[in-house]
Amino acid sequence: MNATVRDAAIVSFDNVSKWYGEYRALENISIDIPKGQVVVVCGPSGSGKSTLIRTVNGLEPIQEGRIILDGTDVHARKTDLNQLRQKVGFVFQHFNLFPHMSVLDNVTFAPIKIQKKPKDEARDFARKLLDRVGLAEKADTFPGFLSGGQQQRVAIARALALRPPVILFDEPTSALDPEMVGEVLLVMKSLASEGMTMVCVTHEMGFAREVGDRIVFMDQGKVILDDTPDQFFSKSDHPRVQRFLADIRREA
Amino acid sequence: MDLLTADQFQQLLWGMRTTIILFAVSWVMAFALALVLVVVRATEYRLCRWFVDGFVAYHRNVPLLVQVMFWYFGMPELLPENVRFWLYDHNAEFSFAAIALALGSSAYVAEDIRSGLRAIPNTQFEAASSLGCSYLQSMRYIVVPQALRISLPPLVSRALLLFKNTSIAMAIGVAELTYRTREIENMTFKTFTVFGIATVLYLIGTFTLMAFGSWLENRTRLDRKAAAK
Repeated sequence: MNATVRDAAIVSFDNVSKWYGEYRALENISIDIPKGQVVVVCGPSGSGKSTLIRTVNGLEPIQEGRIILDGTDVHARKTDLNQLRQKVGFVFQHFNLFPHMSVLDNVTFAPIKIQKKPKDEARDFARKLLDRVGLAEKADTFPGFLSGGQQQRVAIARALALRPPVILFDEPTSALDPEMVGEVLLVMKSLASEGMTMVCVTHEMGFAREVGDRIVFMDQGKVILDDTPDQFFSKSDHPRVQRFLADIRREA
Repeated sequence: MDLLTADQFQQLLWGMRTTIILFAVSWVMAFALALVLVVVRATEYRLCRWFVDGFVAYHRNVPLLVQVMFWYFGMPELLPENVRFWLYDHNAEFSFAAIALALGSSAYVAEDIRSGLRAIPNTQFEAASSLGCSYLQSMRYIVVPQALRISLPPLVSRALLLFKNTSIAMAIGVAELTYRTREIENMTFKTFTVFGIATVLYLIGTFTLMAFGSWLENRTRLDRKAAAK
């Protein structure tokens, strides 16, 4: 691995391992994610893909190796995690919006309360973001009154409000009814087209093929394959990948 | 049935005033103490947990009347004589009643708050953390506001209970509503009238508390807020 690649990478895993007690959830992961790349992480359930992206913003601790996010060692003792987390958006499978705040307040919360930005500026930007995810008219509604797809789009706006250079998506469409998957993917596609660096754990193979620059396939805590979508879908003869793709197709 | 004189009625109102002040002071103290108990309990140090568990056990298992008397008659024995006399000259019965009532309620208030906190899923905490919130910021902006909303109904009934329990303070000579009622009854034998009026005064107090509670609940209800928009 040469130095220039390392410099250009906004997220880089260096021989990362993680255990839950005796169980090894991640095994010697080394990946570099350059700025502007859309990386799709997929694999069967229990393969460690969610754990993998949760280590990037320190939601999960690691026991071995290093993760460098925008030049900072995430798990170093002296790292201010709260500061660092403002540089990486995180979108959860179950949205996790704040139910006691309006949609607008959900989006302005971190800029105003945590970053101490002026309220007007934060609100203007939040309205732009809501407009962008197609929910400008829902600004004053409370999350409980939105559909799953709408909630997830608010969650994306909330993550964008901190203007992070990279966004992590943890199965953003898995908890949605099928008819709502499209609207969320559409927002993610438009983000990708604007050059946002994205790491997406997802089973949406259509999205992976269309938008992904790269597919990382995991199984049992290891990266089995790390290739372009074309290579992944057409030429991969890895038996584990073949089986995974067959399973996905059967579900669809 | 005889009516009270204006002076006797005035006496009852003074008693009501003391009851309200005693309630307010004990409630504020109980709430503050309960927050401390919740935090201490949350530290997970074994010693802290034992202390809180012991505190709760004492206040749950010993009659409130005994607690109040213990504070008023028992505790001053531990104090130097001049401090004791000073206290007795300065409305000690009110202070000790307030302390005993506050301590007795705080254990329950703490449990109400704790069950509210436990009802907030950890994912809310994760979402706040992911936006760069420190532990305290997550608690202050995300977890506690939601938990208080859940704790509100049990806290309202706890407040009602405390309001009624202030009458126990009469046992150590606090001139609150029940004390004044008994006093007037002893002097005039207008038993039905005076207890009737006292009952109405207590009901006015508790109904006011209940109305305030449901106003708060309505104000913090999410669907109401959204529907008003």
